[in-house]
Amino acid sequence: MAESKQPQTMAQKILAAHSGKDFTVHGEIVNASVDLVLGNDITMPLAIEEFKKIGAEKVFDRKKVVMVPDHFTPNKDIKSATQCKSMREFAYNQDIENYFEIGQMGIEHALLPEKGLVLPGFLAIGADSHTCTYGALGAASTGVGSTDVAVAMATGKLWFMVPQTLKFVYRGKLDRWMTGKDLILYTIGMIGVDGALYKAMEFTGPVIDSLSMDSRFAMANMAIEAGGKFGLFGVDQKTVDYVESKGKTDYVVYKSDEDAQFEKVYEIDCSGMGLQVAYPHLPENTREAADAGDVIIDQVVIGSCTNGRMEDLRMAAEILKGKKTDRRMRTIIIPGTQKIYLEALREGLVEIFIESGCVVSTPTCGPCLGGHMGILAEGERAVATTNRNFVGRMGHPKSEVYLSGPAVAAASAITGKISVPQEVI
Amino acid sequence: MIIRQKVIKYGDNVDTDVIIPARYLNTFDEAELASHCFEDLDADFPEKVKERKVIVGGENFGCGSSREHAPLSIKASGVQAIIAPSFARIFYRNAINIGLPVLVNADAAAEISDGDEVEIDLDKGRVKDLTTGKDYKMPPLPDFIQEVIASGGYINHTKKLLAER
Repeated sequence: MAESKQPQTMAQKILAAHSGKDFTVHGEIVNASVDLVLGNDITMPLAIEEFKKIGAEKVFDRKKVVMVPDHFTPNKDIKSATQCKSMREFAYNQDIENYFEIGQMGIEHALLPEKGLVLPGFLAIGADSHTCTYGALGAASTGVGSTDVAVAMATGKLWFMVPQTLKFVYRGKLDRWMTGKDLILYTIGMIGVDGALYKAMEFTGPVIDSLSMDSRFAMANMAIEAGGKFGLFGVDQKTVDYVESKGKTDYVVYKSDEDAQFEKVYEIDCSGMGLQVAYPHLPENTREAADAGDVIIDQVVIGSCTNGRMEDLRMAAEILKGKKTDRRMRTIIIPGTQKIYLEALREGLVEIFIESGCVVSTPTCGPCLGGHMGILAEGERAVATTNRNFVGRMGHPKSEVYLSGPAVAAASAITGKISVPQEVI
Repeated sequence: MIIRQKVIKYGDNVDTDVIIPARYLNTFDEAELASHCFEDLDADFPEKVKERKVIVGGENFGCGSSREHAPLSIKASGVQAIIAPSFARIFYRNAINIGLPVLVNADAAAEISDGDEVEIDLDKGRVKDLTTGKDYKMPPLPDFIQEVIASGGYINHTKKLLAER
């Protein structure tokens, strides 16, 4: 593609390309064409109402609108069932190609990349804050509201403010059991829950080059927990292999220019960094898990759009294999998609989980947002590989969520308190 | 438009889970959402909002989820405007899109106290704390956002654009 003379970040370039411009300026508002519009069983029913108010009859492109019932599904109650029904009927009426019913679905941000629905260079929006996950593929993707989705479904366009970019360079060597989740928790701990407010985060450096796609998805996923708009990764051979394994070859690669204007560059040395845990009630309250002391827990959740992928399940199984979870522990494992579930089954991971005392659930957001499938009572504590630990997030307003990666979660399930794998292996 | 109201004040990082807990997101009925607004943060909110209809928040107001149910529940509770030093990105968009005025001013957010009476001139971007007599000026909003607000929200704005085609 043609490069403009003015140096630009990846975020600037993708927004320019989607709004018919050669370049964009930080702070500028553009009306850009979107490649993908996503909604779920919580946000889409409201978007459908708003869509009807606009007076549009058909969605702008039935192949570019994606609907996934994943939050309160399989339907937890009558009201949820009613919400899902309204989305399903709209999807059928509009002949939406990518509506995924129970049995085919997965947690949206695990499912869409797996299906090859998001590609490098995309400008994607979703009425779900964790839509920033697709930044792992070199796509500018971000969470918006239901009204935004309604307008985008009607017109194929949406307003965006062109964000500044914060660049993060990760160097050194990651210790055993460390994943992208630890890097992003560490980063949020460093810059705070509003450290990237309105901004794009771009993750670079040798440590990022060596990260798996699953770890990159986990990192991009939590850009929003620092207030970020996009969580971007450059496209490398791993990205290309991932995307092409989905049978997709038609995409555009955007790269930040060397001399692009970054608002700030953070250099992070990962050598000697320990496994991370974010204490209640903000994702920025991070500490090293090894320093946790005796934090007794009641539940472990391994899953969610952050950490319900194969890398996470394999790591958890490696730690849980041949061991029993603490007798007072409820350990809930939630594979992100049907495909991941089946792969975990075929690899023998599900057997390991069940033999160690875990339950294995069908894909759902479920407990992550306090929906169902593992709600906490007053005073209870959970270690979860999810993404938020706000007051009441997993249940009672006086319950607590400690965020971690899969290794700490699995080790903690065995000991009944926040633990590192070295304590159980 | 001029808003003259007393203030309910909250702290930093008021998140969407405390504004409207996910357990109530199995509906988008505004009255029902409003009945649970701020339930996990401030049990007295339903009483307070009867007499005080401006919220002054801290940094990163509305952080977390994309749920438009959050600003909807606040608006349906009768709140007429929110002032904060900063808003979380999606909450800010959602509030503008649904026509809930959100004003960014760090001094106003820091200095206005719980229970103060304020006068907000939305057109001029001015806030006056009638209790202390102090004046605050907001930076002008980008033209596009002003157009959306003037249209009464993003849906109406889009309807207008489509009708003009």
